[in-house]
Amino acid sequence: IDSLFKTFIVGATREVRKNLADKDFCLSVFKDNAGVITFNDDWSLVFKVETHNSPSALDPYGGALTGIVGVNRDGMGTGMGARLIFNTDVFCFASPFFANELPPRLLHPRKIFEGVVEGVEHGGNKSGIPTINGSIQFDDRFAGKPLVYCGTAAIMPRLLHGQPSHEKKAQVGDHIVMTGGRIGKDGIHGATFSSEELHEGSPVTAVQIGDPITQRKMFDFLLLARDRGLYHSITDNGAGGLSSSVGEMAEDTGGFELHLDRAPLKYQGLRPWEILISEAQERMTLAVPPDKLDEFISLAAEMDVEASDLGVFTASGYFHCLYQGRTVCCLSMAFIHEGVPQMQLPARWTPPAVTEPDVAAPTDYAVILQQLLGRLNICSKESVVRRYDHEVQAGTVVKPLTGVSNDGPSNAAVFRPLYDSFEGVVVAHGICPSYSDIDTYHMMACAIDEGLRNYVATGGSMEHVAGLDNFCWCDPVLSEKTPDGLYKAAQLVRANQALYDYCVAFGVPLISGKDSMKNDYQIGERKISIPPTVLFSVIGKIDDVRRAVTMDVKKPGDLVYLLGRTEDELGGSQYYAQLGHLGANVPVVDAVSALQRYRTVNRAQQQGLLASCHDLADGGLGVALAEAAFAGGFGMDIDLDQLDAPVELRADRRLFSESQSRLLLTVQPQHQAQVEDLFSGQSCSLIGRVVERPELTVAGGDGRNIIQVPLSRLKDAWQAPLREM
Amino acid sequence: MAADVRAIVISGFGTNCEREVAHACRQAGAQTDIVHISALLTGRVRLDDYHFLNLAGGFLDGDDLGSAKAGANRWMHARVAGRQESLADDLRRFVAAGKLVMGVCNGFQLLVQMGVLPSVDGNIRQSCSLTFNDRGRFENRWCALQVNSASPCVYTRGLTDLYLPIRHGEGKFVTDAPATLARLEDDQLIVVRYADSAGLPTMSYPDNPNGSVAAIAGICDPTGRIFGLMPHPEAYLHRTHHPRWTREDLPEEGMGLRLYRNAVEFIATELL
Repeated sequence: IDSLFKTFIVGATREVRKNLADKDFCLSVFKDNAGVITFNDDWSLVFKVETHNSPSALDPYGGALTGIVGVNRDGMGTGMGARLIFNTDVFCFASPFFANELPPRLLHPRKIFEGVVEGVEHGGNKSGIPTINGSIQFDDRFAGKPLVYCGTAAIMPRLLHGQPSHEKKAQVGDHIVMTGGRIGKDGIHGATFSSEELHEGSPVTAVQIGDPITQRKMFDFLLLARDRGLYHSITDNGAGGLSSSVGEMAEDTGGFELHLDRAPLKYQGLRPWEILISEAQERMTLAVPPDKLDEFISLAAEMDVEASDLGVFTASGYFHCLYQGRTVCCLSMAFIHEGVPQMQLPARWTPPAVTEPDVAAPTDYAVILQQLLGRLNICSKESVVRRYDHEVQAGTVVKPLTGVSNDGPSNAAVFRPLYDSFEGVVVAHGICPSYSDIDTYHMMACAIDEGLRNYVATGGSMEHVAGLDNFCWCDPVLSEKTPDGLYKAAQLVRANQALYDYCVAFGVPLISGKDSMKNDYQIGERKISIPPTVLFSVIGKIDDVRRAVTMDVKKPGDLVYLLGRTEDELGGSQYYAQLGHLGANVPVVDAVSALQRYRTVNRAQQQGLLASCHDLADGGLGVALAEAAFAGGFGMDIDLDQLDAPVELRADRRLFSESQSRLLLTVQPQHQAQVEDLFSGQSCSLIGRVVERPELTVAGGDGRNIIQVPLSRLKDAWQAPLREM
Repeated sequence: MAADVRAIVISGFGTNCEREVAHACRQAGAQTDIVHISALLTGRVRLDDYHFLNLAGGFLDGDDLGSAKAGANRWMHARVAGRQESLADDLRRFVAAGKLVMGVCNGFQLLVQMGVLPSVDGNIRQSCSLTFNDRGRFENRWCALQVNSASPCVYTRGLTDLYLPIRHGEGKFVTDAPATLARLEDDQLIVVRYADSAGLPTMSYPDNPNGSVAAIAGICDPTGRIFGLMPHPEAYLHRTHHPRWTREDLPEEGMGLRLYRNAVEFIATELL
């Protein structure tokens, strides 16, 4: 395979855009700091998700804070600059109650949990950007490296001064202007160390600490400068600092001349190379035309933002840096941008030897359901969600918490970015590392489906939806340190193949993403590799936010439907994990039937036929029923015999199978005929009713009740584990 | 008539909620400008040209010295270019002219830090503060509020209760002395209190989310024209802002908008 990225990721998007033809809504993909799609005729939408894993392992607070303010700059530095509208965050940690001995240099998972949560809290809240979607995954292998995914969406006018806002071009003679914070030694080698496994010499000083307020002041200024047409191009200073930002922008002109001694420093004593590559935070680089330079600099001064003229973009063909007038670096642009030879990675797929366990039917289904609800991967994350301002900007229409007591788990978030329109943005995600131990192909497929399922359940349109992939892998390069490199590389290839297959099948273009490849810990003989993990983020549109649907049951008497067939697919499930098994039957996504179902769900939502809609994921039907019921405050009477499933499938498998693409609906009785009409010919089963009595009752097998439990017990089991975090 | 009511919303240096506050003012019928504080400090825009000053939520200067402390110092001590006055002097003139000031969240913290609230007996001196929540962390949570109908507050006229979100880490209202609290109570300057499900003031978490004394969520000055509160009225302007809009029958217009409508109506009848 010649380049996984170009073959599967860029390739999928090319294919999807070809199929969308005149309905293509992509504006700028894979070339800028973030992807850009249309929102409506006047506005475009920008989205980017980043990881900040290694820094968060060493300094959880600083690492995570910088993760969020760093990805904010991606939105600001895309096209001509966009206004940030929301953040997302997804974390993968080891259990905060981890009690085994920790290998040297690792921080306790609880310390990482608390530091990361606080870092994202300060980064997001102080920046005035609502954090509206996220989740936390737990697996003790994330003790080796925690994963911290931070995303940001932004909005910008389609046209600025008559030009498309998602395009920009530095011109020969434009000044190189750096704005925002000053340069210090912080973050030198940040990009290098985060591309290594965590080892004895990993430097804490490589972690930058961001300051959200300096950045907030700069963004206020830059949006004004953008609207006044004071610059030609903008990008952020992230990994690699000035060397990377100026170097990238100079591709437009073919060279630059940068005077490193003109850069403002936090303190004296930096050497020229340190100035060039420092990753000190909250800095943007702009190309300012000479006739606008004075106005740009004086507006910055007035708004208390530092702006420094560091040189000019040229057509010399050289990456030219000077210090006190003397050349300290002069490289040809061609070498800089094309000079990296392609890596050759050997890979061989040998399916792991996994088998289905022989599991006895539970003696008490209510107890196992409560145990599942209390698992870290399923339980309530309310204590974290409430620490993030999810309502600033007054656009959050479906909030992360929903239901009669404002504490049920929303599938996705809906955000209304414009006060004069009811059009909304829907954002969701899928992440399924527990399936990776069986087959990363299906892990990827399930993550895509989970993201789309959550998105559709809330009202996102299948006609206007894009994806972002963020790969976090363990080192896949065969070596002495990584003797299983062939397998790990093959896992990577298989995930990429699924990404292509399912994005094309669902018609979802990929607009941006990132990979992080060395998520291992190695000191001495001890090596911890994370499970291969892909975050699949989904962003798209709902034409009218007032048509959004939440997951909580609404009224007694409503009918309960299950969409999608339940198979014997418990491999990698939470049920098996609870019993100490992995299993072999990993869920397999059927994109054809799923796509038809999701489109039909969209039609039902547009006609206002759905009272609630909840996705089935970790813990399957049992967990989804419990969540929908206690979020709404009404009980349900459910009959497992009504499921579309193989006849012989036992009650515990019906309840806890994690078959994909399934959705739980409640529908007012007067809409029964319309809903059944819409879904005729598809898998759609009437499985029960919402009842006044606050109790979940489930009949299975021979019609006898296998579960009859008060909602308060279920809710308490679900809320207890992380309540005090 | 209402088009002549001019509202100003200050932005910059860490203010975050200026856009939605401006939207609320416009919905209520005021002609509204969002003005960066640097435009006031350079003298390009003057407070005198407006009737309704809005200090919006955010984290002025990161709240690094305590909520709004650095921001308060800027108001009180930074000189407006070309004049021997500070913004606080402008603000005093603004208040003396009987105009309206509302501070929400960080804006409330700012008014309290400057001593503009509660300013009993016309004393501009800090007597109250908003400090760290009892639980020691930031929280975003919708709260029921009881409105004191005996209060002179012009913003809450005709209201008995409110339901609004709080979003803060430093919202616990405290006073410098018991006498200050007694005075606030005697003069009916406590406008809104955190309430339980029965609608009564409460000290228990989470209904009282921060441990504020006397369950205080917001206070006004004796004229009722200066009002500060921790909950965010600009976060509930439309029914889709309500956390349960998908399950309850709610009026199209959100409760928070009433505060802005009352302000604009007051200006239209008393000041124009």
